[in-house]
Amino acid sequence: MKLVVAVVRPEKLPEVLEALFRAEVRGLTLHRVEGHGGETERVETYRGTTVKMELSEKVRLEIGVSDHFVEPTVAAILSAARTGEVGDGKVFVLPVERVYRIRTGEEDEAAVTPILASV
Amino acid sequence: MDKADTAWLLASTALVLLMTPALAFFYGGLVRSKNTLNTMMMSVVSLGFAGVAWALAGYSVAFGPGRWAGNLSRALLNGVGLEPQGTVPHVLFMAFQGTFAIITVALISGAIVERMRFGPYLAFLTLWTLLVYAPVAHAVWGGGWLARLGALDFAGGTVVHINAGAAALTAALVLGPRKDYARQAILPHNVPFTLLGAGLLWFGWFGFNGGSALAANGVAALAFVNTMFAPTATLVVWTLLDLARTGRATAVGAATAIVVGLVAVTPAAGYVSPLSAILLGGVCAFPSYFALLWRARTRLDDSLDVVAAHGLGGAAGALLTGVLAQAAWSGGASGLLFGNPRQLFVQAIGVAAVAIYSGAATFGLLKLVGAFAPLRAGAREEGLGLDVTQHGEEAYTRGEGAILVLPEPAPPPLTVPAAAPAEGSSG
Repeated sequence: MKLVVAVVRPEKLPEVLEALFRAEVRGLTLHRVEGHGGETERVETYRGTTVKMELSEKVRLEIGVSDHFVEPTVAAILSAARTGEVGDGKVFVLPVERVYRIRTGEEDEAAVTPILASV
Repeated sequence: MDKADTAWLLASTALVLLMTPALAFFYGGLVRSKNTLNTMMMSVVSLGFAGVAWALAGYSVAFGPGRWAGNLSRALLNGVGLEPQGTVPHVLFMAFQGTFAIITVALISGAIVERMRFGPYLAFLTLWTLLVYAPVAHAVWGGGWLARLGALDFAGGTVVHINAGAAALTAALVLGPRKDYARQAILPHNVPFTLLGAGLLWFGWFGFNGGSALAANGVAALAFVNTMFAPTATLVVWTLLDLARTGRATAVGAATAIVVGLVAVTPAAGYVSPLSAILLGGVCAFPSYFALLWRARTRLDDSLDVVAAHGLGGAAGALLTGVLAQAAWSGGASGLLFGNPRQLFVQAIGVAAVAIYSGAATFGLLKLVGAFAPLRAGAREEGLGLDVTQHGEEAYTRGEGAILVLPEPAPPPLTVPAAAPAEGSSG
């Protein structure tokens, strides 16, 4: 099992989600985060105060997947989140020690396998 | 000169001016958070640009003498002084009419939010005030051809709402849909703003309709009361339609209903009985309600439904004025139900003429402005949002990661007169 962590542009999120669902990736968590990835900072002015905004809004996705799902998941994110400009984000793939599904107590592979049939 | 009339018109002018910032809140709540300031600014700058254009030339084009439009004899407020215009000071009449020009051009912006560059918008709104609003106001209120034909428009159903609605339809078609339109869910980011805006619009509308009597008299009272009751009926019908269709009454729907009711009663306010106003308000919910359901399924990105609310609401109200006007209340004109079928025909001519002129002239103005600078923001700017890209500001900053940029040449240090430091000072 792996944990795929992706940081993407918020305006690209709908496309990323669409690509993930098309790749049949169905379990994910997302947070709105702020970060800096080398993009040029924006300059904003409020009355006499001019500021450089060093942090940009991003969305961070966490997706727990079984090993053979890593490639399609990463491919979906790479293709959907890319604009070609600095600031498109990152994808990290992390090893995972244990996974439990809280509802059933299933472990590991079974816990990250989506339930497709209506239960 | 009448002191009571002057006092009421002074108050009304302030009330109508408030409607433009109110509209900024109404529209601002309906867009995505990244476009909040741009959307609100599209209304707010109208206070400046349409306001100045009105004083410099717009008033003269609207209310100066002339056949199709007023001449420039009143330009730069020439001859607009303290002498009476009717029973109020001329300068006050000019200012009251100016508040109408300001809100009308701001209404159009609802059709083109989240995608128009701000510079071309400023050029468009200024030209539109002078070349579309002012001539139409002249035709209906300035002694122009629609006035001579006998068209009834108490406070601006045609001049303000059909005019803005036709311009909005044209502008939405010329600009084209937003890049995310019909591809992603585009949701209102702050519905309480929209309800606040609707409430303030209703408050300001008492000056809009009540003030249009240009006197503190029975006609003003009738217009005021109708302004209260027509939207109440629209709100009831709209809520029932919502409940019948989905089982849930929506807040965005309620805010929209209030505006539709206000729009609909505007041409009728001083001509119909309060019961007729309630009937008119209720009936006018139907075309707007179903038009905006239909619109959302088309490629017409009239983003905030200016055509459905103002164009159709204004047209329905103007036509029903030709049905429900009653000499016993209006003191003159009657409509179809009260023995004057010709009035409905005259109303229809007014609606069609204003819609056609406004649509064609708006198309020409947008093409003219577009020849000098692109009207649309780029796809990347649309993605980032127009607040940051057009204004360099955000509606909801958190301040983390903001680094203060100090002014380059530091100002010379202030020469502080030598004084003994305060007792206990650590320095």
